[in-house]
Amino acid sequence: MYPTKYHKAASVDDAIAALAGGEDGKFLAGGMTLIATMKQHLAAPDVLVDIRAIDGMKGVTADGDTLVIGAATTHAEVAASDTVLGLCPALACLAAGIGDPMVRQAGTIGGSIANNDPAADYPAALLALGATIVTNAREIAADEFFEGLFTTALEENEIITAVRIPKPAAAGYAKFRQPASLFALVGVFVAQTADGARVAITGAGEDGVFRHDGLEAALSANWSADAVDGVEVSSDGLMTDIHADPAYRANLIKVMAKRAVAG
Amino acid sequence: MSTGIGARVPRKEDKRFITGKGRYTDDIRTDNQAYAAFVRSPHAHARIASIDTSDALAMDGVIDVLNGKQLTGDGIGNIICGWAVTSKDGSPMNMGAWSALATEKVRYVGDAVAVVIAETQAQARIAAEAVVVDYDMLPAVATADKALADGAPQIHDNAPGNLIYDWEIGDAAATDAALAGAAHVTEMALTNNRLSPNPMEPRSAVATYDTAEDHYTLYTTSQNPHVARLVLSAFYNVAPEHKLRVIAPDVGGGFGAKIYIYPEEITCLWASMKTQRSVKWTSDRSEAFLTDAHGRDHISTAKMGFDADGKVVGLKVDTIANFGAYMSLFSSAVPTYLYATLLSGQYDIANIHCNVRGVYTNTVPVDAYRGAGRPEACYLIERMMETAAREMGKDPAELRRANFVRSFPHETPVIMTYDSGDFGANLDQAMQAADVAGFATRKAEAASRGKLRGIGYSSYIEACGIAPSAAVGSLGAGVGLWESAEVRVNPVGTIEVLTGSHSHGQGHETTFAQIVAERFGIPIENVSIVHGDTDKVQFGMGTYGSRSGAVGMSAIVKAMDKVEAKVKKIAAHVLEASEADIVIEGGEVKVAGTDKAMAWHEVGLSAYTAHNLPPDMEPGLKEGAFYDPSNFTFPAGTYICEVEVDPETGVTEIVQFTASDDFGTIINPMIVEGQVHGGIAQGVGQAMLEQVVYDDEGQLITGSYMDYAMPRAADLPSYGVHHASTVCPGNPLGIKGCGEAGAIGTPPAVINAITDAIGNNNLAMPATPQAVWKALQAAN
Amino acid sequence: MTNITLTVNGKSVSRDIPDETLLSEFLREHLRLTGTHVGCDTSQCGACVVHVDGKAAKSCTTLAVALDGAQVTTIEGLANGDLHPMQEAFTEHHGLQCGFCTPGMIMASVDIVNRYKAEGRTLTEKAIRHELEGNICRCTGYHNIVKAVESAAAKM
Repeated sequence: MYPTKYHKAASVDDAIAALAGGEDGKFLAGGMTLIATMKQHLAAPDVLVDIRAIDGMKGVTADGDTLVIGAATTHAEVAASDTVLGLCPALACLAAGIGDPMVRQAGTIGGSIANNDPAADYPAALLALGATIVTNAREIAADEFFEGLFTTALEENEIITAVRIPKPAAAGYAKFRQPASLFALVGVFVAQTADGARVAITGAGEDGVFRHDGLEAALSANWSADAVDGVEVSSDGLMTDIHADPAYRANLIKVMAKRAVAG
Repeated sequence: MSTGIGARVPRKEDKRFITGKGRYTDDIRTDNQAYAAFVRSPHAHARIASIDTSDALAMDGVIDVLNGKQLTGDGIGNIICGWAVTSKDGSPMNMGAWSALATEKVRYVGDAVAVVIAETQAQARIAAEAVVVDYDMLPAVATADKALADGAPQIHDNAPGNLIYDWEIGDAAATDAALAGAAHVTEMALTNNRLSPNPMEPRSAVATYDTAEDHYTLYTTSQNPHVARLVLSAFYNVAPEHKLRVIAPDVGGGFGAKIYIYPEEITCLWASMKTQRSVKWTSDRSEAFLTDAHGRDHISTAKMGFDADGKVVGLKVDTIANFGAYMSLFSSAVPTYLYATLLSGQYDIANIHCNVRGVYTNTVPVDAYRGAGRPEACYLIERMMETAAREMGKDPAELRRANFVRSFPHETPVIMTYDSGDFGANLDQAMQAADVAGFATRKAEAASRGKLRGIGYSSYIEACGIAPSAAVGSLGAGVGLWESAEVRVNPVGTIEVLTGSHSHGQGHETTFAQIVAERFGIPIENVSIVHGDTDKVQFGMGTYGSRSGAVGMSAIVKAMDKVEAKVKKIAAHVLEASEADIVIEGGEVKVAGTDKAMAWHEVGLSAYTAHNLPPDMEPGLKEGAFYDPSNFTFPAGTYICEVEVDPETGVTEIVQFTASDDFGTIINPMIVEGQVHGGIAQGVGQAMLEQVVYDDEGQLITGSYMDYAMPRAADLPSYGVHHASTVCPGNPLGIKGCGEAGAIGTPPAVINAITDAIGNNNLAMPATPQAVWKALQAAN
Repeated sequence: MTNITLTVNGKSVSRDIPDETLLSEFLREHLRLTGTHVGCDTSQCGACVVHVDGKAAKSCTTLAVALDGAQVTTIEGLANGDLHPMQEAFTEHHGLQCGFCTPGMIMASVDIVNRYKAEGRTLTEKAIRHELEGNICRCTGYHNIVKAVESAAAKM
């Protein structure tokens, strides 16, 4: 790895000040993506600002029927949280299926969504659940947050502190894993929300996570796996790689959507 | 508890591995340690216009930056292929020059161009990125069929059309005639997918040059340290053998990939002399994908003819083998003498012809990977057999049985002489264990759950115990493939066995000790196995081709015979008895039928005190032997795979996997079963998960575990492993070998099962969920 | 360079290290605890797994500097003198061949059993196979590793 300077931030302000001290600084949480990228010399931040020790960045609470998850909460903590299991068990299930046990014990929800890997799981959940991403500066609706491959609405010097997730009436997640990386080849999160059914798909889209109008309409009308059968899932705009072409991904979207609804 | 032949003795070597005390090459750090990082070509095919090292030389910690012109200028020789295969027109194979550091041209992505030596690994790697190489790009070709096409990029000047050789075996005319007269001909086009061996320990080298002694030491991840030393001395001119010590300490898996002597080891040795520093290089996984020799990569077409009774009358095969950019050490033999000679399978086939064209491409060199040629042969025959059975409406097991070789020795039309076997016994055992009779019920039950259940067979045979030296010499091998051993009985009666075999997971420290402890009736704790160091072991050919048991242990037996003879002479002399009456039993050397005896250690002591030895006997008790096998050995067996396919996604689950193997004598069933498990896992990997992919420009797409799918625990079932053995008549222990069987027998069983499940025989490896789903779509 | 102090295998250690030092490097190169191995560079093989504050972590994807004050246990420190039941089970069931993945495999397996016991969950063969997804073995085909974990779980 290239040399870097590590700083364990005590507060959000401290973190932002430390980041400003470098030319190409990066926030560090679980490091599951960032450190791997640095090892391959694909990233060389001169400053690494560890945000995990900042007060209030970790943990799960309920604000009425809204789930509030600190950005530095690990996947394992989300998976095991009684609060999550109570308000949105599908999210706990999703967290329990990210990466492998070691990744889940290190990786964080904030890190995952800030990176917005097109095959990451959390973006699908947050988008489908109509979550709000809370930063040190503002609150951003998930619909506005995930902009495209590895890009988000986050500004420089903006830190995710928490995500707020309204309790869905029902939700489910089904993932088809890419056999080598274990990332989502296709992951479909379905949620019954106050605004009707919302369906978000990760792993498949050329522009990253996206919602699917046809599936949402069908599931809004009839929340059942059978309702998915009649939906046309186009392969336009779907990714192609050695593991899956657009036609196969389109098929998997339907199959995973059915399984997500069936639970 | 017995520790003799047939006992499940826990491994003596385990304690250091389970406590973190193993000593692998990267664990070694010498005084004065410096680190190497290689500058590698990002292009598949290009001319090197210039190399500018000035920026890198100025960087922190950089000791030197060395290039290929310096290397060849110092007389370091080109890397060679050690097996000369001759084309059918009599012309020699076209071996292109391969310098450890490229001088004029690069021929694959990852080809080493220069090396940075620095104080730390991080400094070396950062500086390697600062070496500026100016390339003139050339068109590249990654697949063998395209490399043979008109107008393909020319990779080596001395191999027109990229053809290395055009070789054949068998009688073409007779085979054509047999096919012409056949009642049924099955025709298939089959691809054997390219794989990366992926031992979990990446390759590593620590090279030290002693200026005072003009002597080199190389610690390296090798399956055969003596072969490494031989080649480094004789061909690469690093140092004469007595000035070069090669140590392969604990080695974390090999699977073929650690047979060869790669550019990195050569360069580290040379750089240690140039820089007067100990030079260490350890590959990371990405570098391993770019540089470790790959395996398989065949494209074949085949015709198998049957008479009206379902008897095979002829097999004709045309194969194109991708060699990559250079000819690796054993590369030429893999798709010829290790492949085409096994095309008779377990069957009595009168006429076989196979033509093989070896081809250069702009990819990593291809060489032996677990099985080496035999998996390719087995896949071809066993896919053909299953397909033929389906086409002719015959039961696949019974079609095989009807064609089995039944009497031994059996000479095939492709130069092998099978020495023993009972193929029907293995088939029967596998069918019973797999409950083939209950398959229809299980299939119906699976269907009720929406799953497609299928069953597939593979009756494999392989040639192991590599190999009779004169035979392989006559076929072009540059070395003999015997093995050596030395048995040293210490004055206190404990024993050290020095072996030229190398253990990198196979458990030699246990199995080899078992045969010694049993032979002399001493506790297994009193036997230690020494291997992997050219200064300790006189010579050896190493471990590959499932040879350590059949060849390596046979050498130990020969040495033990000599020890026993001397022990008997000493005891006869001391006990005043006839040598013929001396027996070794229960830790004692006795006069049969009397109470006269010496404890085993007393004989050892007598040999070394030499106070009372027979006249003219030399003191000491140490004997060496070289064992040269008289024939290959022929492990064989039947594997039955049962799968369930999810038609919605194409996901295939192996729900039952049954193996019945004939390995001859088994020394330690626990270890043998472990070898089968691992082989099956690699076979399943080839069949369902693994594939090296290059794009059209020769860029490696599967360059990490993010895209190259390694089998994980959840991808695999538990295996039912059974043995029905016949003793191998060719060696003293009756061993056939077990290291490669799983990797050889498994892939066709898996593909036969999946194609049975989905009702579409057109399915290539790896049968990924996408591939299976698409085959299902095509079938419906 | 940053000075860090942490407890490794029960002993307090203090070192000045470059901030970019990975825990795997810190253990192998600075402390010369070479039982922790590195088998890939994409955080997938798990040969590098150690315990950090009692939980399994991939040391190749963990910065040592972030662990100031932490408790780290490596394969060398898993048991004091004797063997841990997991170590015993791996040898009893022949759950290792070349030994390279073994330290990480054992450390991950201990973590699996600890978690299942803490949560009162049953560790089935299927669960073990699923939980081992972060550890790759090329030698054993996993059959005997799964048996070893099952056996150790009964004894832990």
